[in-house]
Amino acid sequence: MTAAVPNTAADNEVMIELRGVNKWYDKFHVLKDINLQVAKGERIVVCGPSGSGKSTMIRCINRLEEHQKGQIIVDGTELTSDLRQIEQIRKEVGMVFQHFNLFPHLTVLENLALAPMWVRKMPRKEAEAIGMQYLERVKIPDQAKKYPGQLSGGQQQRVAIARSLCMNPRIMLFDEPTSALDPEMIKEVLDVMIELAESGMTMMCVTHEMGFAKTVADKVIFMDRGQIVESNPPEEFFNNPQNERTQLFLSQIIGH
Amino acid sequence: MSHDFAPLPDLPPPAASVGVIGWLRRNLFSNTINSLLTLFAIYLLATLLPPLLNWLFFDADWIGDSRDACTSGGACWVFISARFSTFMYGFFPENETWRINLIYIALIACMAPLFIESFRHKVKLGVFVIFVFPIFGFILLFGGVFGLEQTETSQWGGLTLTLLLASVGCVAALPLGIMLALGRQATNMPAVKSMCVLFIEFWRGVPLITVLFMSSVMLPLFLPEGVSFDKLLRALIGITLFQSAYIAEVVRGGLQAIPKGQYEAADALGLSYWKKMGLIILPQAMKIVIPGIVNTFIALFKDTTLVIIVGLLDVLGMVQNALNDPNWLGYSTEGYVFTAFVFWIFCFSMSRYSQALERKLHTGHKR
Repeated sequence: MTAAVPNTAADNEVMIELRGVNKWYDKFHVLKDINLQVAKGERIVVCGPSGSGKSTMIRCINRLEEHQKGQIIVDGTELTSDLRQIEQIRKEVGMVFQHFNLFPHLTVLENLALAPMWVRKMPRKEAEAIGMQYLERVKIPDQAKKYPGQLSGGQQQRVAIARSLCMNPRIMLFDEPTSALDPEMIKEVLDVMIELAESGMTMMCVTHEMGFAKTVADKVIFMDRGQIVESNPPEEFFNNPQNERTQLFLSQIIGH
Repeated sequence: MSHDFAPLPDLPPPAASVGVIGWLRRNLFSNTINSLLTLFAIYLLATLLPPLLNWLFFDADWIGDSRDACTSGGACWVFISARFSTFMYGFFPENETWRINLIYIALIACMAPLFIESFRHKVKLGVFVIFVFPIFGFILLFGGVFGLEQTETSQWGGLTLTLLLASVGCVAALPLGIMLALGRQATNMPAVKSMCVLFIEFWRGVPLITVLFMSSVMLPLFLPEGVSFDKLLRALIGITLFQSAYIAEVVRGGLQAIPKGQYEAADALGLSYWKKMGLIILPQAMKIVIPGIVNTFIALFKDTTLVIIVGLLDVLGMVQNALNDPNWLGYSTEGYVFTAFVFWIFCFSMSRYSQALERKLHTGHKR
């Protein structure tokens, strides 16, 4: 596995752009002047102490959270309160959650086929074929007929990744995908994510898996108190952290 | 020097701790208070049960066609059998009651496949039962077309009317209640939300008996001269609106029990509001609220008896009506026991069906 495959010039298309984004929860200022550009095929890892606004930031990108100031432009479309544009963007942006959020009343295959059928208006047969294809890619095709509650956490998270991929998204967002998993299941999920990264998917991932960051990230972003404190390629970020808050954070999570 | 160690065989457990005696000891006579309570309960059963059974069954009169047949001192079930058809069909013309029977038979025939596990077209059949069947039922009841003799809604009565009120009340109120619950949750549409809140709080705040009374007595005062619509229809609308407010609150409870992550996952996949609700949220929420919904259905089923105050005679109304018959004076106990039994059969069936439904829909996991 090579770290940070360099992007070719043709891929310099900007997929996600945040310009001066601010957000408040009542009086609490969660995001302070966030500026960020993610190019096509780029893999960004976002880390930082809890409460630093990293989840809020990536949740703004598909408007699960609303920002109050600044601009967010995803795949050439600016996020406004226009519902159609939001739905358009969500079709192209997959998201994986900490708690998987699979639909418990549907089987695994139905979970996968749901969005292609109802959002992309695909016939059921075709949607299920795509579902099976991605289920094979995350290596659990034999679980298709089970309900999510019958799977282990790692399996559920892999189904959740497959569910997002079924929409054939141009961008994937991961919000602490391994934080709710038992330690022995983290690897199987990370393996799927690494494979996805190698396939050239544009990814933004909030995680504390520093091994994952070193392996696949093009850029590691450190956030603290609602600000981007440091943003550097992984070698630079881990070997030569500039900011003292970054240094403190790294010493805390790597030091033990 | 060693000697073989041969343990003695186990003694059998003391007779007083196993078998019937053991069970009695543990459950009924475990201490003084329990023993006294047990004895008291036995005394009560011994004094009350034999006379009750005698009255209900052993001394009861079953056969005959007038009160002269009731001589033995027990219940006079002859009263019920003699007036049975009015309890069932109200004042429906006697030679037209086949139409009501046909509705029952057709309904049972339509519903039966819904209980068969392997039946494939349940959704289609369900839609048919809910949307097409009522038209068929109405035509048969009301008549006036296809050479059927036309009947008046005032001739509809007895159990037929009870079932009509309850089923229309439930079937029409459920979608309305769901819409109200969704409206009340719509925080981004304040006008819709406050209208729903107002509606729900109004209908929940008034007793059904007032609603029926108003629909029957006051509503005509507000309508322009010459415009009038059917008393039964007015009662039906009143019951539906009343019931929908209750269902809305039950459904809202279910909506609140769905984790936020489910909404977010549906949003993140690009599902529109209605698809998100229809495919993800409501199927889960409705499953949670089955007991609550069935509870309101059962309450409504029993509340339909209140229509008697606006002059509609449901099964209880018909029984009371029969009690005023000089030929049958003095048999009110039989009448009320019979009515209670009829209601119990229906309510108990609903309750059992809801439990079966819960078990069937249980996919066994949270999150």
